[in-house]
Amino acid sequence: MTIKTKLFLILPLIGMLSCGKAKNEEKGSEDKASSVSVTIKGSDTVLPLAQKEAEEMMKTNPEVSVTIVGGGTGVGVTALLDGTTDIAMASRELKTEEKLKFSEAKKEIETVTIAFDALAIIVNPANKVGQLTREQLEKIYTGQIKNWKEVGGEDAKIVAYSRESSSGTYEFFKEEVMDKKNYASDILSMPATGAIVQAVSQTKGAIGYVGLAYETKEVKQLSVSYDQGKTFVAPSVASAKDKSYPISRPLFYIFDKANAAKVKTVVDYALSPEGQKNVSEVGYVPLK
Amino acid sequence: MLSSAATSITVVLIVFFLFIEGAGVFSKKPIEEGFLLAVHASNPINKLEPSQVKDIFDQKITNWKQLGGKNEPIVLFRTEDITEFYTEEELGENFEYFPAKIDEYVSKTPGVIAFFSDKYKAKDFHGKELEINKIKIFEFLSGEEWFPTAQPIAQMGVKALIYGTLWVSFGAILLALPIGLAAAIYLSEIAKKRTRNILKPLIELLAGIPSVVYGFFGLVVIVPLIQSVFGLPVGETGLAGSIVLAIMALPTIITISEDAMRTTPRAMKEASLALGASHWQTIYKVVIPYSASGITAGAILGIGRAIGETMAVLMVTGNAAIMPHTLLAPLRTIPATIAAELGEAANGGLHYQSLFALGCILFLITFCINMLVELVTNRGSHKKH
Repeated sequence: MTIKTKLFLILPLIGMLSCGKAKNEEKGSEDKASSVSVTIKGSDTVLPLAQKEAEEMMKTNPEVSVTIVGGGTGVGVTALLDGTTDIAMASRELKTEEKLKFSEAKKEIETVTIAFDALAIIVNPANKVGQLTREQLEKIYTGQIKNWKEVGGEDAKIVAYSRESSSGTYEFFKEEVMDKKNYASDILSMPATGAIVQAVSQTKGAIGYVGLAYETKEVKQLSVSYDQGKTFVAPSVASAKDKSYPISRPLFYIFDKANAAKVKTVVDYALSPEGQKNVSEVGYVPLK
Repeated sequence: MLSSAATSITVVLIVFFLFIEGAGVFSKKPIEEGFLLAVHASNPINKLEPSQVKDIFDQKITNWKQLGGKNEPIVLFRTEDITEFYTEEELGENFEYFPAKIDEYVSKTPGVIAFFSDKYKAKDFHGKELEINKIKIFEFLSGEEWFPTAQPIAQMGVKALIYGTLWVSFGAILLALPIGLAAAIYLSEIAKKRTRNILKPLIELLAGIPSVVYGFFGLVVIVPLIQSVFGLPVGETGLAGSIVLAIMALPTIITISEDAMRTTPRAMKEASLALGASHWQTIYKVVIPYSASGITAGAILGIGRAIGETMAVLMVTGNAAIMPHTLLAPLRTIPATIAAELGEAANGGLHYQSLFALGCILFLITFCINMLVELVTNRGSHKKH
């Protein structure tokens, strides 16, 4: 048998197999449709939390089935607007533009904060600098400050690490810390938060930003000041919770008020003590 | 015949798709669709280059004088800033006064540059809309700034990315080719049968390791090594990428060229030895010329892997989109850019299409290399006959 004929035999077989699989999946969702099925879509930052919440919730509430899709806050909000999702996950407040669209569509929405996410600024443990102001951070990432000497450290080049531009953290840092200015082009960008921690731990002059959850002994966290150096706050769950730590953002579930009854179980669970316990497990900051 | 036709058609279709998507970037303006930039009506400036707009919004240019306008400080305005000037009541419950308020704000602020959606452009807008040019192929290829998500105007310059790709691949081949050839010669001509039976499967095993593992190995082992050996402030460099790629390309180069060398007929080798040539002379006068096409094929497949490799490079080169001047500085390659950014680029948007255009460039580079090799090997075989 030549390869050609083999291929002709195999291809339809693969096709048949995949069809069969698809049909099975459809059946599965139909069975559950007798109960409540909730779709959650949006921010990739909220995604791991939403997944954890959904897993734990479905253990105790088997009648609710939850489907979670990522894609970014913008995607989630658009889907909510089109009615293709029940809950939109968001890692930022709605933009004025988006609010306008909801009012055009005559949809009343409710926004529920389910957790906080804080960014910690990290440096190599050998670095003497222990605190920076927002303005200094902005200048480091826009390339105006290039040496640790300028911010009270040793005479060493600053190597600034950032996340890739596709990451929500990249945009958050740009808006919150850099006053919406663009990153300098010689900023190193890493594909994952773990890679930033690894790089900062082995590069003496490095600085990077990571979610609070990634706290490890290999890197040193900096205190940050948002009032030109009057008060410096160290990142911690406690300081993020009482909002004294400035680089933190709320994470939201957004839903249509007309749809509130359907999503109630999911939202209530996320706010319940058990739900908030998942928040700390995933590495975000719980509400209380 | 049928299957080869099907393969060719698929390849042509993929290339066609790639170029259709990639060409889209040149029919678009670098500003987000449906948005506009406007200035006060009395402002003499009609047109701004993308780089100028970026510098304005990065507050590097703060006075219109720097752009040849009046001596007037530049005031930035983005849609979401409106709430700083007007209360929610003033904007109306359903934002119905939104366009009017933007218009009012723009016309009373002489130094303003406003960025907002053209849906909120009032019918009798009093400001002046700035002209924005479409992206030109030349600018796309020669621009050195890559900020595809920059607001309000994306910076689409791919020169640094092309150079980054070429530098890393070139470095990788420079490292891998001599080592690979030496290893292949040793395995096929010098090593005893038992040694070969142990070494060859080991080398082939290298080819089976996933590229992420190579990337992680590079990040944890090679990057700190380079940093301490060269005394650099940062170890994520083009050289780290080259070394990782060289290791990844080695098994391909070694196995293919070794196979080619072993096909040298025994009679030819023995004839050479019988004429009094030493073992070494036989290797480079008989074996290597005879297997030249196989060796080139191995090298090309190696280069192919190096140029297209994504994950390992993404983890070790630092990905800073700057023009590389040395292999000892961070750089960004085309495949790493596509892999890192395509996931979040809006389908069909400018960023998405520009990534496809990058794919086209990558395709053209590998295509040229393949053509070059065809040319070289053909010439070689003509000589032989």
